[in-house]
Formats: sequence, structure tokens, C-alpha cells
Amino acid sequence: MPLIMIFYYAISIFLVAMLLWNFVREKKNTEDMILYLLVLIPLILRILRVK
Amino acid sequence: MTRTWLTKGTLLALFLAMLVSGGLQLFRHRHFDIPVVAGPGVTKVVPLSDYCRGLKGTVADTPVFFMEGKEAGGKLVIMANTHANEPEGLLAALIIIENGIVEKGTLIIIPEFNHSASRNTKAGDGYPLYFKIPTEWGQKKFRMGNRDASPLDQWPDPDVYIHYPERQLLSFIDVRNSNRTWPGRPNGPLMEKVTFAAMEIMRQEKVDIAIDTHGAETMFPVTNCIVAPEKSQRIATLASLTVKAKEGFDSHVEPSPTGFRGLSHREMGDYSDTLPFLLEAPIPFLDQPTGPKTEKLLLDGKDPFLLSLAAKKKLFVPYDESGWPMEKRVGQHCSVILQIMHQYSKKFPERAIAVQNVPRYAEVVKNGVGHYFHDPKNAEKDRVNLD
Repeated sequence: MPLIMIFYYAISIFLVAMLLWNFVREKKNTEDMILYLLVLIPLILRILRVK
Repeated sequence: MTRTWLTKGTLLALFLAMLVSGGLQLFRHRHFDIPVVAGPGVTKVVPLSDYCRGLKGTVADTPVFFMEGKEAGGKLVIMANTHANEPEGLLAALIIIENGIVEKGTLIIIPEFNHSASRNTKAGDGYPLYFKIPTEWGQKKFRMGNRDASPLDQWPDPDVYIHYPERQLLSFIDVRNSNRTWPGRPNGPLMEKVTFAAMEIMRQEKVDIAIDTHGAETMFPVTNCIVAPEKSQRIATLASLTVKAKEGFDSHVEPSPTGFRGLSHREMGDYSDTLPFLLEAPIPFLDQPTGPKTEKLLLDGKDPFLLSLAAKKKLFVPYDESGWPMEKRVGQHCSVILQIMHQYSKKFPERAIAVQNVPRYAEVVKNGVGHYFHDPKNAEKDRVNLD
């Protein structure tokens, strides 16, 4: 795997961690919770090398 | 607090259900293999990485089928699935692999040229993940691919793709389009390695003719045609006139533009001694103003919106209620390939290529595509290749 690709996977993992952290921290706004999870889908599929 | 966690738990459960149900389908599609029965004419199968070591171990590596005749002659390369959402070329290539017997010369066939794209899909356009061709022994299932290689195999895309070696600026997406990355280089992005490997086949094997099979929208002017650069145009014209006169279908000749770089029909000819041809069959599935992109539309090519546009003369091919079925598209490719071979052999008898047992247009239309596929269960195990 080229170095640039590894770097992009690292960015994706970082974004997933940030989104999950925001999801855990969110106490009231259900819409934001849903939004965090929706944004997670493509990132997780990419990290798992599915899509 | 309890209520918040209950909401989060419910949302997470829904999220996981969506992720698993959707992801599993995509995972299975990417790992689905198509059995290809090597017919009596296939003499060896080698990986494309034999011609570019950088492809070894990557998803872009793909089988190359050699069909060598008893008598020496010319050499012809056939590439299919350069765009893996144009499967008529793949089906025509498989018909030749499973049935063809080469009497003179050599055929070199790469049925899944952009192997990564064939394991990709276009979820945003609602592409079906598979399509099935009915045969006498059941249905043969194929992966429906995408135009470009999967970002799982080549990522990230640049802002602009700078073509090598001409340095023309192309769309960013074309870095994953194996019909924009010709002639390629051994240390470039993955798709440049794929096209470089094909160029190496042409140079090392001293290939006379190369045919890249495609499908194009009915609303796109370069459809239902043979695209040829200057040095291939005489043979392309004779092939076009002959199929029109003898077999009754149109496949006109389009010139390969000199100023648009990266295309197979341009770079193969400019960077080797090979005569390149690119075949386009009309594929209504690819047109934008159609109904849903279903397996049925892919196979029968019938669409009411295109029919309405045809009445307004907005299409570049004749179009009626019969649509533009897969049999016609595959049959056209088979006949045009045979005719190019024939015209080349007439012009260069010392480099002739003669192949038997490959059906022509009328036979494919009459018998259907599946008629020419063999049951992998009844074939010898060492003759079945998983692609």
C-alpha cells in the first residue's frame, strides 16, 4: 500500500474517533447524534476495506 | 441520563444494522468470483503482473488467456471490461475464450482488464450488484462493475490528473479510469501500471492488432462504432463496410482524436507498432435520462424515456420498442472482432490470424449469449479459472 494511502487511512481513523467521541459527548440533541452516525458509515466502510 | 443512553443505544443498534446489512452485500460483491471455463483453444493463462511486477499481489492483477494456433501468424490482443460497467465486451471475450479454436496466429485475451473496477460498484446510481445470463444449464452470474477502479485499491484521487507522459490535464476521476492512463508507467498509480503491463504485452509479444471493447450511451455521439487512429483506419473502414453489407448492422468508423491523451486507441498506436481499435456498442443502461438502473434494463436495453427521446431524434442510434438487447451488443463485438482479424489477414497474409468456432452477430442474436457458456461444474477443474 502506498504511503499516501496509509496516511489517508490514518486520517479516516482519526475522524472516526472524533465522531464517536462527539456522539458519546452529545447529551440532548438527537439530530446531531443521528448525523454523527450517518457520517461514520462511509468512513467505517472504507477503514474495513468494504467500499 | 438513562433516557439519553436509551436513545443512543437504539440509534447505535439501527446504525449497526444498516452498516452490516449494506456492508455485507458490498463485501460479498467485491469477493465474488466468476468461473471462466478455458475452452479447447486456450493454451496458457498467465497473470498480467508477469508484464509489470508492480501489479503482483494487487487487486488489479488479472488473468491473461493465450490462445496459440498450431501455425505461426499474427497476434491479436482483446481487452474487455476496461470500463467494467460495459459488460458486452466481457461477454464477447468469454465467448471467444470458451469456444474459439485458433488455427493460425495467437489471440491474447484479457477479459477483466480493469479488475479493480469489476469489483467496484456505483451505489449512488443504484447499480445492480450482479447480472445473470440464462444458459442451457442454469444462470451464469456476473459481477456488475463500475467505470473506474475502486478507491480501495487506488486512493486518494488527485485534484487534477496529470497524464503521463503528455502532461495533459484530465479530470481527477480519470486517474482511476484505465482508458485514460495509457500508455502508463511501471511506477505510476495502479491504473498506469495496468496499462503499462498491456503495453509491455504489445511490445514483448510483438502484437499486430489490439482491440479494446466498450459500450457507450445512445445519446453519446461516439457510439455504435469502431474508433481508430490514422494507421488503423483502412482496416476499420473495410471491417465497418463488410459487417454492414454482409451482416446487416451498422458500426461506423470514428477517428481517434490526436489532442485527447490517455485513450487506448490513441496511445497504443503511438507507443507501439500495434494497430489499435476501440469498439463501442450502444448500451442504454448508461444513458442518464432512463428509468431505474435495473438488471433488466442492462440486459434488454428497453427504456420508455429513451423511446420518447428517439421519437424526438435525440439519440445517435436507431431505437424502438425492441430496445438494444445484450445479444445484439455482444454479437456486434464478436462479428467486428472477426472482421478486423479477416481484413488484417487479407492485407498481411504472412501475419494472418485465423479463428474458428466463434459465433457471429446473427448466431448470438438467435441463440442468446448464454448458449455459448459452458457449465463450470462439468469442466475439468484445471480448466476453470476464477476471475
